[in-house]
Amino acid sequence: MEEGGIEMDIKNDATKNKLVFPGQVHETPDGGFLVTKLDDVINWARSNSLWPLIFGTSCCAIEMMSAADAKYDWSRFGFEVARATPRQADLIIVSGTIVMKMAPVLKRLYDQMPDPKYVIAMGACTISGGPFFYNTYSVVKGVDHIIPVDVYIPGCPPRPEALLHSMITLQEKIKHEPYFRKAKK
Amino acid sequence: MTNEELKYNITELLPAAFYDEASEFLTVIIPSEALLPLMKELRSKKEFDFDYLFCLTCVDWKDHLMMVYHLLSKTHNHTIVVKAKITDTVNPQIESVNGIWKTAELNEDEVFDLFGVKFLNHPNLRRLFLEDDWAGYPLRKNYTDEHMIKL
Repeated sequence: MEEGGIEMDIKNDATKNKLVFPGQVHETPDGGFLVTKLDDVINWARSNSLWPLIFGTSCCAIEMMSAADAKYDWSRFGFEVARATPRQADLIIVSGTIVMKMAPVLKRLYDQMPDPKYVIAMGACTISGGPFFYNTYSVVKGVDHIIPVDVYIPGCPPRPEALLHSMITLQEKIKHEPYFRKAKK
Repeated sequence: MTNEELKYNITELLPAAFYDEASEFLTVIIPSEALLPLMKELRSKKEFDFDYLFCLTCVDWKDHLMMVYHLLSKTHNHTIVVKAKITDTVNPQIESVNGIWKTAELNEDEVFDLFGVKFLNHPNLRRLFLEDDWAGYPLRKNYTDEHMIKL
């Protein structure tokens, strides 16, 4: 038996399952050549046209806008179609402090986004509450208490280069994602 | 009116007032019971004519609460700060100035929300920013809750 692959003798199996197949099946761990390549193509297309949701709650949003403008120009990497509705977006950049009152709104926006969806936590406030970690009654101490986060960028606020880096990191993540294949444990 | 003239005229109205001139504006410190009569005079008397309340807030000094009113006269172009001392921190209450300056309505809602000062004769005293079932008043020095991490 080769490593990772499961060699099945169908004839032996058929006695249990009443299944008749002439010959042997070699299951590869990645689900076959064609599907693997389709994954690559689909992931290439998906990762290069991520549509971010317009969602900024504080000063990090200013850096996010700066990353969108002509100087830093995130459209070079396929992020230019910023959507005002979560139903058309597949990436949410949480840029700014999330307070207790904003938390249910953010959760609802995230729930309205179609799968597959991604989250970038931008800046100290979204990672941990940042400067509002101690002695605060209103700030959520980390956006990952509310929604799952794919990429964290530290900084207060992070520079647009850091945001671009995080987006490219997210693209790398998407490119190595199994789109058709289920992740095996 | 200059600060000296303001001081003279207010002392005539309310001899119990204290003054503080260390800051930019003349500050009048009064007991909370004396607030409403003084404010009515400051608004209605022609030589004061404080027609604009541009800031209303509160300060928690632990042993007492201090209401702070910033008043401006657009006709005379003079400014004054009225501070009203509330000694009861358990059940603090003071007269609303909503009847004199309409803008006080939301400001007093905010102070009630965050400091818990009850404004008497306020038309609609309610939580302005926090949820209606929020327990406690977050800007009080002794406030704490289960989310709060003390340094």
